[in-house]
Amino acid sequence: MKDVKSQARNAAPGKQGGLNPEIQSRIGHQLRAMYDDVVRQGVPERFADLIRKLDVPPASPQVGNTGGNNNDGRD
Amino acid sequence: MPLTDSLRDDILAAVPSLRAFAISLSGNADRADDLVQETLLRALANIDSFQPGSNLPAWLFTILRNLFRSDYRKRRREVEDAEGNYAKTLKTQPSQGAHLEFEEFRTALDKLPQDQREALILVGASGFSYEDAAAICGCAVGTIKSRVNRARSKLAALLYVDGAEDFGPDETVRAVIGGNG
Repeated sequence: MKDVKSQARNAAPGKQGGLNPEIQSRIGHQLRAMYDDVVRQGVPERFADLIRKLDVPPASPQVGNTGGNNNDGRD
Repeated sequence: MPLTDSLRDDILAAVPSLRAFAISLSGNADRADDLVQETLLRALANIDSFQPGSNLPAWLFTILRNLFRSDYRKRRREVEDAEGNYAKTLKTQPSQGAHLEFEEFRTALDKLPQDQREALILVGASGFSYEDAAAICGCAVGTIKSRVNRARSKLAALLYVDGAEDFGPDETVRAVIGGNG
């Protein structure tokens, strides 16, 4: 850890994208570890239910489908 | 586009990363799941505005990001709640050392300005291209790039420089290598 710290000090702060590659990869690794930990939990039942049960809302206010009877009669 | 079974499956498949994005943004597991739920409801209600063949995850992330933004404006995050709540979501309890490192990282991430944090997460963790991230955040590609760069620099400073400064790292380093004159 000490290595990384001293390397960070060497990374000139004003340099664009001049961040030490090792530190950049450490940050990337930690960020993904945090994120992937949640991703690995999969889909909680509550959301699976929600998506499966919910049909297309009967009258979506966003859709101005006047008279368009393209539905194949499925209910 | 109508809500076909395959679209339903695709939305379902996006849920894990939507949750990860929401938790990374909000730092609060309960708030995050509320955000995901609202995102899904909104997506399903407006599914007709989704262009077939376009990037579904990016579309869903855009909805979630905008919801978070408007929610955030209404009430500030309860930061003190974040750590404990987030820890609860962890499946595997990290070892003490790893846990400490994780907490440090989480705390540093929370210190970033929101613009920078979301850009870094989208590009660095969600794996979106700069172009997709720019579309999700409604800004220019160059803006995203500079936000990501600034986020990385700031995290590096918080995690690998600032913490050591209390101990006078220059002095320490000098003392250690001093012998080499």
